[in-house]
Order: sequence, then structure tokens, then C-alpha cells
Amino acid sequence: MSTPTLEKPPAVPEEIQSFTVTLSVRRFVPETDEEPHWENYDVQMYATDRILDALHKIKWEQDGSLSFRRSCAHGICGSDAMRINGRNRLACKTLIKDLDITKPVTVEAIKGLPLEKDLIVDMEPFYASYREVQPFLVANSKPKDGKERIQTVAERERFDDTTKCILCAACTSSCPIFWTDGQYFGPAAIVNAHRFIFDSRDENAAVRLDILNDKEGVWRCRTTFNCTEACPRGIQVTQAIAEVKQAIMRGKP
Amino acid sequence: MWSWVLHRITGVAIFFFLLVHILDTALVRVSPEAYNAVISQYQTPIMGLGEVALVGAIVFHAFNGLRIIAIDFWNAKYQRVLFYVVIGLWVVTMLAFVPRHLINVFSH
Repeated sequence: MSTPTLEKPPAVPEEIQSFTVTLSVRRFVPETDEEPHWENYDVQMYATDRILDALHKIKWEQDGSLSFRRSCAHGICGSDAMRINGRNRLACKTLIKDLDITKPVTVEAIKGLPLEKDLIVDMEPFYASYREVQPFLVANSKPKDGKERIQTVAERERFDDTTKCILCAACTSSCPIFWTDGQYFGPAAIVNAHRFIFDSRDENAAVRLDILNDKEGVWRCRTTFNCTEACPRGIQVTQAIAEVKQAIMRGKP
Repeated sequence: MWSWVLHRITGVAIFFFLLVHILDTALVRVSPEAYNAVISQYQTPIMGLGEVALVGAIVFHAFNGLRIIAIDFWNAKYQRVLFYVVIGLWVVTMLAFVPRHLINVFSH
């Protein structure tokens, strides 16, 4: 009986292939620039890296002045919505392998909101429309015998899709109506109104429907479907807007 | 997005056609001779090709308008399928119209 010998040296783990990716970033520094301009950066990336990692690499290793928002980096906080290759996405959910890296990948701030610096926009007009639709539960009556407002599975299911919103503004800033008419409430505000209008526990649906039955409300929607395609949470935004339109016409949810 | 872009472009084009159309029809009240001169201009082959574009725009706008009504009143889930249906119906309608129309235009 021979002693087992090691015939081959232990396999060195194969090196993971990395790629040089060119990022074309639309830079704007309000103190020095009059107009935004495009700047190219080459970064070494793995296929499983995300655009957010590329931006980090640029900021940490090449140009510390690059400014962008990000917080959780896992698609939940909604801070890093930006226009990547002409489409609104979350930088933290866009993998290098899903992009065509033979050409520079363009990264710019979302459109329709005032540009503050590099990839940062002023989100205040967006939040102002959000506040206007009363995005909170209004229930003034006493709950029926007990402490809870009970809801059936079907009643909860009715507005499940619109509870997923993370307020990243990818939808509102992809809407061509919002680009030209900043007064329009925008898809995100309507989605968050929908979440409470169709909630069986809420008592303020009529008020919200009245707010959205405005010249700048749901009727501005021209069913372009850009919002539905942009939503990183997969919310059927245009469907939600259509349901609010129908609720206004019926006069009740 | 392309359905919306096409809907806008065809909508604006149809608006301008209607504007010109109302003006040339109103001309008959001003002077029947001038009206006849304008109408005979319309019977040239170039105008015949323009009519193909006009009918194409109207047919798309009409079918896509029905699609938008379906989205608003019925269900937005099938919008993509419905867009292909609109394109399909447009192709069928144009196949029926264009050959017959062009024969008329170029045989007179």
C-alpha cells in the first residue's frame, strides 16, 4: 500500500478576469463651470462590479472631487438614481456585465430637477409633490372592537405594488412630461398617493383624489411608460396612475 | 416611449393638415377659380405620395388612440402587446390602401 502522494500542486485559483471600463461622467462644479462637461475615466472592473463601485474607484483613486449621493449601496435607500447609458437606474443595481463596455459608459445626473453638482440634483421639488399627496395613513374613526384596523389579505394585496417605492426619483425624472412641466406631480407622488388611496384602513382617499384631479395631476400622464421601465423596484407605475385616473372618474377608490 | 413619440408627431402633423385643409376648403367661398387651381395642384404625384404619409399618420394615430383608451380604462399590463397589435393593424391597413391609391395616382 503506497502512501498517497500529491501528484499535482494544489490548483492556484484562476484569476478572475477584469476589464478596463471607460466611464464618461457628466461633471459640473457650480463654482468654476458655466456649463456641464463630459469627462472620461478608465477603471479596472470585474464583471460583477457595479457602476457604484466604478464611481467609488474614481472618487477614491483618481479624482476626489467627483460628487454623487449614495447610502446603503444595496438598492433600498434610493439615493443613487442616475442616468446610465441614457436610462434611469440605481448605480448600485447596475452590473458592469449588463452594459456594453466596448464603448464608454455614460453616467449623468437625473433630468428634470435642478443640477447642483456633478451627479447631485436638488430633490426638493420632487419631495414637495410627494408631501402634497398626504403620504401617510389618515384614520380618524375608532377601530372596530379592539386596537387594530384589520385588513384581509386581498385588501392588502390591492396596493401591494405601490408600497415598494423607495423615492429614488428614477420614474419622475424619466418622464418627458415632467421634463417640460415641472409643476406636474410626477409618477412617484401618484404612486405614493395610490398606496393610501387603495388602503382599506385609510379614510382620506377622497381628499387625495381631489388633489390629483388637477390640471397638473394625473391627467398630465400621457402613458409614455418611461416610468414603468425606469423603476428599479419593478412597480407598474403607469398601471397605478391609470387606476387613480379611474378612481377619480368613479369618485371613489 | 416610441408609441408616445409617434403619437405626438402624427398628432401635430394631422393638426397642420387640418389647418391647411380648412383653409383650402374655405377658399371656395372666396373664389371658386382659385379653389379649382389649388385642388388641381393636389392631383399631382407628389401630393399623392403626401397623401400616403397623411393616411399613414392618421391610421397610426387612430389605432394608437384606441390603445391608449384601453390602457386608461382597462389595463396597462398589455401595453407592449397592444403596441405590436397597433403596428400590425397599421401594416395591414396600409397594405390594403397604398397599392390601390398609388395606382390611382399614377394612372391619371
